[in-house]
Amino acid sequence: MGLTVIFGALGVVNFAHGALYAVGAYAGFVTYEYTDSFVAAMAAGAIFVLIVGIVIERGLIRLYYQRPPEDQILVTFGIGIVLVEGLRAIFGGLNRNLPAPSWAASIVNLHVTLYPIYRIDVLVIVAVVLALLYVVLYRTRLGLIVRAGIEDQLMVNILGINVTRTFLTVFGLGAMAAGFAGVINAPIVTVSPDMGADVLVQSFVVIVIGGVGSFWGAVVGGLIAGEILSLAAMIDPAYSDVMLFAAMAVVLILRPQGLFGVQGRQ
Amino acid sequence: MSAAPSRIGARGVAWWPVLGMAAFLAAFPYVIPYLGGSLDTANRILDWGLFGLGFDLLFGFTGLLSFGQAAFFGVGGFVASYLLVAPVTGNALLALLVGTVLAAAVGVFVGYLSLRRAGIYFAMLTLAFGEMFYFLDISPLAQWTGGENGLAGVPAPQFGFGFGATSPFGVYWFIAILFFFGFWFALRLIRSPFGAVLRAIRDNGERAAAVGHDVPKYKLTVFVIAAAYGGLAGGLLGLLQGYMPPDAFYLETSGQLVVQTIIGGAGTLVGPLVGAAVWLDLYTVLQNIAGIGALWKMILGVIFVLLVTTFRRGLCGVVVLLWWRATTSSPPAGSEAEAPPPSDLIPPPAEPVIRVSRPITGSVVLATRNLSKRYGGLAAVDDVSFELREGEVRAVIGPNGAGKSTFFNMLASVIPPSAGTIEFKGANITDLGTIRVCQLGIAKSFQINQIFRSLTVRENLRVPAIARTYGKFHPSMLKTVGHDAAVNVRIDEAAAAVQLTDRLDTPAAALAYGEKRRLEVGLALATEPQVLLLDEPTAGMSPAERADTVRLLKRIGAGMTIVIVEHDMDVVFGLADRITVLFNGRKIAEGTPEAIQANPDVRAAYLGSQAAHEPA
Repeated sequence: MGLTVIFGALGVVNFAHGALYAVGAYAGFVTYEYTDSFVAAMAAGAIFVLIVGIVIERGLIRLYYQRPPEDQILVTFGIGIVLVEGLRAIFGGLNRNLPAPSWAASIVNLHVTLYPIYRIDVLVIVAVVLALLYVVLYRTRLGLIVRAGIEDQLMVNILGINVTRTFLTVFGLGAMAAGFAGVINAPIVTVSPDMGADVLVQSFVVIVIGGVGSFWGAVVGGLIAGEILSLAAMIDPAYSDVMLFAAMAVVLILRPQGLFGVQGRQ
Repeated sequence: MSAAPSRIGARGVAWWPVLGMAAFLAAFPYVIPYLGGSLDTANRILDWGLFGLGFDLLFGFTGLLSFGQAAFFGVGGFVASYLLVAPVTGNALLALLVGTVLAAAVGVFVGYLSLRRAGIYFAMLTLAFGEMFYFLDISPLAQWTGGENGLAGVPAPQFGFGFGATSPFGVYWFIAILFFFGFWFALRLIRSPFGAVLRAIRDNGERAAAVGHDVPKYKLTVFVIAAAYGGLAGGLLGLLQGYMPPDAFYLETSGQLVVQTIIGGAGTLVGPLVGAAVWLDLYTVLQNIAGIGALWKMILGVIFVLLVTTFRRGLCGVVVLLWWRATTSSPPAGSEAEAPPPSDLIPPPAEPVIRVSRPITGSVVLATRNLSKRYGGLAAVDDVSFELREGEVRAVIGPNGAGKSTFFNMLASVIPPSAGTIEFKGANITDLGTIRVCQLGIAKSFQINQIFRSLTVRENLRVPAIARTYGKFHPSMLKTVGHDAAVNVRIDEAAAAVQLTDRLDTPAAALAYGEKRRLEVGLALATEPQVLLLDEPTAGMSPAERADTVRLLKRIGAGMTIVIVEHDMDVVFGLADRITVLFNGRKIAEGTPEAIQANPDVRAAYLGSQAAHEPA
């Protein structure tokens, strides 16, 4: 669940992210088969999807910045279909398993419950990535341009900054995050071409709850969503997913712009 | 936008789409074997086409891209199937009806929540709510829906008269008749006043609200209609295959609908049917080719991406364009390539064209009391009181940053004031919002053109005319809007007033700049306002266009109450009866043009760099 926070904080979730996430998982899976190194798999997943992302941005998305948002949704959705079906064609539709790295394959006794160490490692990794992201977005010139570009592309352009390149950076970063997330999540879930759908939906829910384009909104949204999932699962597992959406509905009724969202921003 | 809507003029109802569809449905089962499909394929194509009719109304005509239509498909399907399997009823029609109604009810719920956001977030929300229904289906409701197994044993429908499962064709005719009525209704709907408003919302929702339409209510209504179509199609799926699969709730179902509609052509009504045929036929045909069978969906995905990128109107759009190329030398209406030479010379004015709704009595129509707007510590408008009398033309001027636009937007209820009140004929209208304020009779024309670009001039003016004729919401879906005399009179009057009568059937996007500017004023005028708010009506115009516009506004201004914000002092002094001067958010002077010209404070405000009678 923490992974969705990264998407939210970047504020660039698109409908192809689920597919990019799956591509990352497969890239990691293949690398692991050849190298037996989980670290290499993580790097390969992130870098491979970064490259895929750059190709997609240069080849297609670039043409869409001047078109209505609906067209951007449609094209990213279509790219997602092509990527997922591409994976299915190459690897088949069967589930694959990427084992957790040996240094994290044990189980820790938290007294309350037994917990695989790997899941704790994922938490740490997510926290580190988020911290990095925060530094980049809020403490660097690039981050300032990215945030400004999300707010008002035209104005940033007028100020003499190459927004096109900035958007490439943002899209690339988003893709890389998706690929990386695919690898580190692979040992927890099974690797299949359709593995991205759930993550995509959960990212949307986190963004809606937290508020669009808000770093802290994404973090809090992610935490709330995670809490709801695990609490509801404890009470009645049948309702855990449904409760997540119910929470989203409540937020929409009480605060349509999301908990940390700015009013008026669509 | 494409074939169907471009046929809708004032000329009358074209019957050929209905007859053509009937002929197609009659021939389809005999043609399908030659396309590599079976009668069952034909049934499925029609079912998806029916599902797509609703989605096309939602996306193609209203611009609302939903990724959650599976929820309604599933609800309609499982409700109808459950009723027949349980069995609660043996009547398949009744089961379908209940399923459709419940799907529509779910549409009210999902629409109410999702429509709180627009654009990509609307798409995200519909997708998320669609998934919610999938989880509801497989888990908490599993004892009724069969969970991941779905509901098997849905009895084949029997209706007598050869309809239903008595013969292989019986099922087809049943679905075909339902599809035909679905198509007929959708066609009527897009030709109705309701449909005209939907297309206006697609083009520019903000403007549709500004001329007095209750846009959220229109959106919710069409969302529910689309949900009902989905519910009906879902119910038919269960009847058709005797089994209701949980796949109906999958995200892929919503995705398939979107892809089919785009491939076929959104905004055409037949597009979803064509898309469904392509999808199901490709699937059937490619399955039989070794080595490609597994790739069929990827091929579809590639086609989809290419169509979205290069030809957003889909296959039907391609056909229409090719047909136009073959039969005429000029591209179809709606294409922006067409740019006829503008006629900037305005013909001599005819007799007064705008009806004066009330005689000029000189009473106060619009007033503000201690109106303020603060942004943090900055007072953009500070304690401004102002009274506008009936029949008066009032200019609001001031140097840049004086608060003119803020003040103006508060008058039109675009932004809420921080303090103070606005009164219209003595009634407090401070927090009413643009839609109701416009319905009361205050219309605004915008500084930057906010016209409906893909509609013709006539269709543009029809949008405010409908708002004035029918009020902020009117669900008349079976009336033909082109035949509505009251609306047509209003269109003609407004067109004459802004001298666009001979451009009525030109797409707005193809107008010259000055003409677009006049259409912008015409949109406000066609709401027949009692107070007309003009925000820099001559912005961006050449001197010649500007002089023409002043003449035009003078004519309109005779007998109307107008507030005008303008930078060009020639325009201001040529038009205004009285002038209000704002400076640093405060009112510093008010009076006749002569008094303002002589006022030392006003000169000081403009800082002597320019005399007040020169352009600021």
